[in-house]
Amino acid sequence: MSDIASRVKAIIVDKLGVDENEVVAEASFTNDLGADSLDTVELIMEFEKEFDIQIPDDQAENIATVGQAIQYIESAK
Amino acid sequence: MKLRRVVVTGLGALTPIGNNLKDYWEGLKDGVTGAAPITHFDASKFKTQFACELKDFNINDFIDRKVTRRLDKFSQYAVVASDEAIKDSSLDLETIDKSRVGVIWGAGIGGLETFQDEVLNFSKGDGTPKFNPFFIPKMIADIAPAHISMRNGFMGPNYTTVSACASSANALIDAFNYIRLGMCDVVVSGGSEAAVTMAGMGGFNAMHALSTRNDSPETASRPFDADRDGFVLGEGAGALVLEEYEYAKARGAKIYCEIGGGGLSSDAYHLTAPHPEGIGVIAVMQNCLKDAGISPEEVDHINTHGTSTPLGDVAELKAISTVFGEHAKDININSTKSMTGHLLGAAGAIEAIASILTLVDGIVPPTINHTTMDDRIDAGLNLTLNNAQKRDVKVAMSNTFGFGGHNACVLFRKIEE
Repeated sequence: MSDIASRVKAIIVDKLGVDENEVVAEASFTNDLGADSLDTVELIMEFEKEFDIQIPDDQAENIATVGQAIQYIESAK
Repeated sequence: MKLRRVVVTGLGALTPIGNNLKDYWEGLKDGVTGAAPITHFDASKFKTQFACELKDFNINDFIDRKVTRRLDKFSQYAVVASDEAIKDSSLDLETIDKSRVGVIWGAGIGGLETFQDEVLNFSKGDGTPKFNPFFIPKMIADIAPAHISMRNGFMGPNYTTVSACASSANALIDAFNYIRLGMCDVVVSGGSEAAVTMAGMGGFNAMHALSTRNDSPETASRPFDADRDGFVLGEGAGALVLEEYEYAKARGAKIYCEIGGGGLSSDAYHLTAPHPEGIGVIAVMQNCLKDAGISPEEVDHINTHGTSTPLGDVAELKAISTVFGEHAKDININSTKSMTGHLLGAAGAIEAIASILTLVDGIVPPTINHTTMDDRIDAGLNLTLNNAQKRDVKVAMSNTFGFGGHNACVLFRKIEE
């Protein structure tokens, strides 16, 4: 697992209070990990802070799964 | 229209002298102090470096971590105390009509720590707004009863009353009114506050409202004592389940007492100072007695607002003497803030609980830390100084007054068939 992937997963585990095993690439924040609209906004903010990047709102809308988040951050770095 | 009778069937307390109802009551009877040096933040540069914080309290012992991070402390305290009160009431949440159950809560401020932390975080940046999406729904004062209703499915009236230190007494009176008017059968009421923060301590210090007795925090809250120098800030929550009398009887509920009446008034005078003639305070007690249909001579006990401020304590006792005349000397008067500190928006709730348990147990908790008589206070009054007193209490009153001149008074009486 890449450094970015492990840091993304750590944020998700912390913020959503889910088990690490549930945080797989295909997992959807809302459908699988119990996030609501406020949780997903907070997750995006945490990614921005952790990786020192800006994720515009129109891009954030396309980040719905763990894998999509990792992919976006890897390409943005 | 005939008003319905309202009784209290459940209690819950999370206070600086006890994290549950039983420990709170034992602490009150024993004259335990809740004051100690502040642990929530570094207070070394503050004029007041102590407060009545909760002790050995970990929210994760009560609710899931997933839930707690969405709640400011004032909502966390609300959930803990209301859970205890609902359990104590033995209401069957599976079978009751939840559309007839309301939650009317009191909070003087709301999520002060959340507000403080978010603004501090913003001020450290370059001006680009990066506010947490939970900032507003954690901070707003109405959110505590929203959490209680979401947790339990209660779908009746739901809101927070805000009247500074009178907030939860206002909530109790609103709850009482909804039930007696037939608009609800059950209301979970009470209040919570979590203002022991940099902003809270700094703000109250700036008003010269707090005691600065840093060399002896445990004796700093000393209502009615000649050397009192301000109140001690406290935190926590109190919760009460109010129920229509026949409804409670039909389900065989344990009944603590009846709510006899409620009084409300305003000083229309000053932001923070009490009216020198106590006009609003006299009116609120008279309004309460009238609402309850009780004569002054029937009152056995008054849990005062008694915050330990130089002006407020004298004004309140003078008002009591005006309302009750010679009978004032036969009343067991106390200030449990001498032990708990001042819980602001939760004060009305935890002091209502103290009054109710006084009535149930026949023991009046003391006003602790009293050493020197104040010559502006009538020495003939029984202020229940330093030791609890046994007393057969049939009628008890609880006073609360808030900055802004908001006054609220609630009357409890032993249940009679």
